[in-house]
Amino acid sequence: MEGNSFIQVVPLEYFIILCSVLFCLGVLGVLVRKNAIIILGCVELMLNSVNLLLAAFSSYKGDGNGQILVFFIMVVAAAEVAVGLAIIAMMYRNTKSVDISIFNKLRG
Amino acid sequence: MEQILFLFVALVAITGAVYFVFARNPLYAILSLIVVMFSIAGLYILLNAQFLGIVQIIVYAGAIMVLFLYILMMLNLSKEDESKKQNLMKFAGVFSAGLLLISILGAFRGFKVQAVAENVDSSVGLTKNLGRLLFNEYVLPFELASILIFAGIVGAVLIGKKDL
Repeated sequence: MEGNSFIQVVPLEYFIILCSVLFCLGVLGVLVRKNAIIILGCVELMLNSVNLLLAAFSSYKGDGNGQILVFFIMVVAAAEVAVGLAIIAMMYRNTKSVDISIFNKLRG
Repeated sequence: MEQILFLFVALVAITGAVYFVFARNPLYAILSLIVVMFSIAGLYILLNAQFLGIVQIIVYAGAIMVLFLYILMMLNLSKEDESKKQNLMKFAGVFSAGLLLISILGAFRGFKVQAVAENVDSSVGLTKNLGRLLFNEYVLPFELASILIFAGIVGAVLIGKKDL
């Protein structure tokens, strides 16, 4: 019953504030950093904050379907990271760098 | 007691995330991201979503972060070779992220959460209940997820191979 008392004591607004701060830190990292690996990690951070908020809403509602959705998001994120890191390794092999300011070939 | 626990774990998560965004050395940045992942797993367990907490530790803190570290060490980037961005661009990034935070919090200000019902079922996050849900209602998406993972493996090998 610990979970129940936790839900009674800690208001849902705390989770909203925490997840908003984590999401905005992820956005900040994508905007500020130039290392492609760090940018991929920032995307992971944003994904995790949204996952946490979804699980919090699911727990406060007492409905398990939201947590199943979080589980599927994690599955897709694992596949995404594998492909993304393979692309970064390929970029490094071609240019010997992961600095994104070099990769401006697609600029219009 | 629970509030102090929540605030402590949240503080660890935010500190780790700030260090992750601003650390010059990418190796330390990824290591602090692992700390963030563990604290998010702790928050899942505080919410009594124990299945998600364990999955978070295994998949994120275990598999994905090790993959990040592996790539980082394989590419030999540990030296600080990130080219400097102009200060104006950096300031613009911080400014727009701050604006985003303010607008999200402002949008939630009028959001009233009704009081949590006394009889909320706190056992939905246990492995037993989630497993029952997963293999009854969500069995088709579960199988499709395995196909997606397989496609991901094939794609990663195909992209990573030197000459194909």
